[in-house]
Amino acid sequence: MLEHYTNLIIKAVFIENLALAYFLGMCTYLAVSKKVATSLGLGVAVIVVQTITIPVNNLLYNYFLKEGALAWAGYPGTDLSFLGLISYIGVIAAMVQILEMTLDKFFPALYNTLGIFLPLITVNCAILGGSLFMVERDYTFGESVAYGLGSGIGWAFAIALLAGIREKMDYSDVPAGLRGLGITFVTSGLLAICFMSFGGIQL
Amino acid sequence: MKIKELVFDPILKNNPIALQILGVCSALAVTVQLKNVVVMCVAVTLVIALANMSVSIIRNHIPGSIRIIVQMTIIASLVIIAEQFLKAFLFDQWKTMAVYVGLIITNCIVMGRTEAFALKNGPVASFFDGIGNGLGYSFILLFVGFFRELFGSGKVFGYTVFELSKDGGWYEANGLALLPPSAFFLIGLIIWILRTKDPSQVEPQA
Repeated sequence: MLEHYTNLIIKAVFIENLALAYFLGMCTYLAVSKKVATSLGLGVAVIVVQTITIPVNNLLYNYFLKEGALAWAGYPGTDLSFLGLISYIGVIAAMVQILEMTLDKFFPALYNTLGIFLPLITVNCAILGGSLFMVERDYTFGESVAYGLGSGIGWAFAIALLAGIREKMDYSDVPAGLRGLGITFVTSGLLAICFMSFGGIQL
Repeated sequence: MKIKELVFDPILKNNPIALQILGVCSALAVTVQLKNVVVMCVAVTLVIALANMSVSIIRNHIPGSIRIIVQMTIIASLVIIAEQFLKAFLFDQWKTMAVYVGLIITNCIVMGRTEAFALKNGPVASFFDGIGNGLGYSFILLFVGFFRELFGSGKVFGYTVFELSKDGGWYEANGLALLPPSAFFLIGLIIWILRTKDPSQVEPQA
């Protein structure tokens, strides 16, 4: 049982890496990866939000939105799955807001480190994408916790890697037109190819 | 600002993907086949234009503190309409790109334009600004999709252009073009071309 969850986490971190295999959260991935320290801060915020929102959305899907999910309330024939997108994004926005307030109240040090990144996370497609993949693959609640944790770690890992490379690249002589964004795209392409080599691994 | 500028500026001069770093995810993920690209482009352009217009109409009534949620709700509703429409009429394509249609919600171009333009301008201008940015996005996606499909499977819009060697033709398919990383290289290349033509976009040396 535990092995199943460990496998799921490892798969989400390496083989199905949200940033480098599915290209989610690319905007922030490219824009906020100039410094390792800031990208690590953002990475931690993504891990936290991902581990909370995916299980919550899983409960929402299984007990409210799925076809026949409202049977416990006496409406076995209702199918609310078309409300999926708006509910998931609502949950994500609300969770981010709650998290922000909780951190502000109880962990001011952490809040100050993550501060600016938290609101940004609402529009990070990796978060919504994680929830959509969870629905598509029909994970159970336990699996969704594991998947949330794994996919968050995978994304944080990817952005930290890119930031490390970009810090070193400041010293290289890049052609003028490619400087900044252009070379970052090419670097991420190479990183994505590296991550594809995990593709054949069977767990 | 003139409507002509609003529509055509974002295509080359102020491209959302190449210059503003907005909406990159779907540019990479759906560009294997041009057919999917066209569907995605139409959906995104319409969503941006309509979201921009709707936000602009009610811009004087949205309290600043909750404007993100309001914009999100408008965008999410529009995306749900697009999703249901695709599900009903283009089911095959919907199946291959279901997740990415949903992700239009968090496509930063939409949010970015409502935030940066629609909140300060009238509905007509906002509508055309949306169309323009949608076209700028489509330009990059079509470019990437064209080359990936041509080199990856020798086809354009599903019609064979290069006869593949496995079917008795002369062209050996380039496997890399079918893999997602190739989109990174192509977009990097587009950025290089755009910035060589217009040096004012070049980023300063760090």
